[in-house]
Amino acid sequence: MNKKSWFTATFFLFFGIIAFVWAQEGSVVIKIVGSQRPAIAVPDLRGSGAAQNFMEAFNDTLYRDLLNSGLFEMRPKGMYPLQVPQRPEEFRQPPRPGASLGGMALSDWSSPPVQANFLTTGYTAEQNGQIVLYGWLFDVGQPDIANAQVVGKRYFGTLDEAGARKVAHEFAADILAHWGAASLYGTKIYFVSDRTGHKEIWSMDPDGSNQKQLTSFKSISIMPAVSPDGSKIAFTSFARGNPAIFILSTETGRRLSFYNQVASLNATPDFTPDGKQLLYASSASGYAQIYVANLDGSGLKRISSSRAIEVEPKVNPKTGNDIVFVSGRTGPQQIFRMNFDGTGVERLTNGEGEASNPSWNPDGQHIAFSWTRGYATGNFNLFLMDVATRQYDQLTHSEGRNENPSWAPDGRHLVFMSTRSGSHQIYTMLADGTQVHQLTTSGRNQTPVWGK
Amino acid sequence: MLLKRKWSVIWIAIVLVALVAFTSGCKKKAPPPPPPPPPVQAAPAPPPAPAPDIAEFSAEPSTIERGQSSTLKWSVSNATEVTIDHGVGTVQPNGTKSVFPSETTTYALRATGAGGTMNKTATVTVTAPPPPPPPPSAPKASLSERISSLQDAFYDYDKSDIREDARAALTRDAEALKSIIQEFSSAVITVEGHCDERGSAEYNLGLGDRRATSAKDFLVQLGVPADRLKTISYGKERPVCTESNEECWQRNRRAHFSAGQ
Repeated sequence: MNKKSWFTATFFLFFGIIAFVWAQEGSVVIKIVGSQRPAIAVPDLRGSGAAQNFMEAFNDTLYRDLLNSGLFEMRPKGMYPLQVPQRPEEFRQPPRPGASLGGMALSDWSSPPVQANFLTTGYTAEQNGQIVLYGWLFDVGQPDIANAQVVGKRYFGTLDEAGARKVAHEFAADILAHWGAASLYGTKIYFVSDRTGHKEIWSMDPDGSNQKQLTSFKSISIMPAVSPDGSKIAFTSFARGNPAIFILSTETGRRLSFYNQVASLNATPDFTPDGKQLLYASSASGYAQIYVANLDGSGLKRISSSRAIEVEPKVNPKTGNDIVFVSGRTGPQQIFRMNFDGTGVERLTNGEGEASNPSWNPDGQHIAFSWTRGYATGNFNLFLMDVATRQYDQLTHSEGRNENPSWAPDGRHLVFMSTRSGSHQIYTMLADGTQVHQLTTSGRNQTPVWGK
Repeated sequence: MLLKRKWSVIWIAIVLVALVAFTSGCKKKAPPPPPPPPPVQAAPAPPPAPAPDIAEFSAEPSTIERGQSSTLKWSVSNATEVTIDHGVGTVQPNGTKSVFPSETTTYALRATGAGGTMNKTATVTVTAPPPPPPPPSAPKASLSERISSLQDAFYDYDKSDIREDARAALTRDAEALKSIIQEFSSAVITVEGHCDERGSAEYNLGLGDRRATSAKDFLVQLGVPADRLKTISYGKERPVCTESNEECWQRNRRAHFSAGQ
C-alpha cells in the first residue's frame, strides 16, 4: 500500500467514525425537537390602570410558555435595552445603520448584546371591566417595521390573574403556531395517585395546576389511556375483583359500559386513532395477549398469538395499522411491532435489558419508551426510537427510575414518572431531556398520559 | 189471732211469687221491692250453683314436628280455678299458651267451680322430625386461619415455572386445600400472583397472572378441584415488603392464598 492509499483509508476511516457517532448520538432527538432555534427577546410588558396588577402573572406565563415550547433560544432579559416600544408606531428608524435608539429601533434588538431574531411586545389595558392584551411579534431582522410584524392581535380576558394568564397563553399559542407548533394550553394530563390512600385516576393541567380526582373506587385503579379527542379515558381497575377495563367520560365523569371478556386479567387498554376501538391485553387464552374490541367491548378479536406475556398495545396514530407492544416472546420484556391483523411481528429493541411503556409520537414515526439497557434490572430510563431505522437516543441517565413516557399533543414534550426526588412523581420535559418540571408532590403519582 | 193468720197467708203468697220470679231468671222486669222479711222466719234455701262450663279447649295445630310449637286455647265459665296439666299450671278462665311437647301429649284442662268440676282434654300429636343434621365438626380454625396457614410458592425473576421448593410447598398445600374444601363446603380459594418491584407494572400484571395460573394448575394436578380455586394477578400492586434488595424481592415473587370473593 502506498502513501496515498494510506491517506485515503485513514481519511475515510476518520470521517466514517464521525458519521457513525453523529448518527448514533442525538439524531433522533434532533429530528423531533430540531437543532436550529430562533433567538427571541421577551421583555416584560406593562399594563395601564388596574391591568398592571396582573402583569407579573402575565409576563411569567408568556415567558414560560415560550421557553417550555423548546422552539426558541430565550435571550436573557438582563441584556435588553432600557426602552421597549409598546406599539408598532413607536418604532423609529435609526439615523444611520448601526446607530442605537435605546430599544426604539428594530436593530437595537437584532444587534449585540441582545442578538435576537424575534421580539414580543405590546401592552395590556383595562377596558369595559376586562383585561385587553395588544400583542405583537416582530421579526427584528427586517429593515423596517412595515415588514417586521409577524403576529399582531388583541386578546380578551377577565380582569384578574386567571384572565392575565389566559391572554398570555393565547398570545403564546399564536406565536407557536407561526412555527407550526401546537400550544399545550388546554391539554390535560391523566395520571394515577394514591394520595387518598387508594390508587385513583386524576387529571391536571400541563403545568401541574388544577389537580382533580376522577375516580373514587377505593380499590386499585391504574394505567389510564385517553381517547384521541380527549372525551374518554380507559383504565385498569380491581374495583370489581379481578383486573378489568373501565371507561369513563371525561365530560360527564360517568362510567360507560364495557364488556370485559371472561378472563382472570383484562388490562392496559388504549384507544385506536379513530377513537372507535380499544386494544387491550387479556389472559383469556392463558397468557396475556393483545385483543381489539369496540368501545362497548363487543366485536372482540384476538390480534397477537404467542405463548408469552404481551401487554401495552399502542396503535400508530398516523397509519392506524402498526401496533407497538411489549412482549416476553424472546425472553425478558422487549418492544415489538406488528400489523393490525397480528402479522409481521418484529422486535424493535435489541434484546438487551428490559423494555416497556412504548408511546407513539403524533408523527407516527417515533416512539418514546423505557428501557433498562446499560443499567441494573429495574433501573429504567427513557429512550426515543425512530421505528423505521431503530436508531435510538437516551433521554434520562439513571436519576432514579424513569418510566411511562407519554407524548404531548405537540409531539415535542413528554410527561413521565420518575423517582429522582425519592418518591414516584410526575414530570414533563422537552423531548431532548431539557426543561424538566416536576408537576406532583403529594402521595405517589404514576403512569401519566397526555391528552387533548 | 185472725189478724195473725191473715199476715202469714200474705207472706206465703209473697214468698211464692218471689220464688217464681227468681227461678224464671233476671230477664223479667224486677218486681217491686218486697217488704223486709220478718226476723223470725227462716231464709229460703239458695238456688243450686251451676256447674263450670268448658266452652272450648283445643290445640292448634294438633299435629306438630318435634321441636315445633302448638297453641292451646281455652274458654271456661263458672269456674273458680282452671288448671292444665303437663306443667302448664293454673291459668285464667280464657287464654292461650304455646307448648313444645317433645312427644305426643294429651293435655287435660280441669275447671273447678262451686257447681263442681269439669275436665276436657286436647291432644298434640308429635311426629318424628327429619333426620338430624350431622353434628357440627367443630373446626379447629376458621377458614381464613386455615388459608393463612398455607405456604406461599416462590418464583425466580421473570419466571412462572414451579421451582423445586415451590413444588414441595404446593404439594403440602394441596393436601391442606383438599381438607379445607371438605370442611368448608362452599369455600372458594383465591390463588394470588405477585411480582417484585423491578419489572414494569404493566408486564407484571401478566406475569403475576402466569404465576397464579401455574400454581393453580399444579394443585389441580394433585387433585384439588379446579372449580374451587380462582386466580388473580396483583402484579406489583400489593407487595409484602418494599425494600430494594433480593431478600424482599424474593418475598414478593410468589403465589399466595386468600379466601375467594
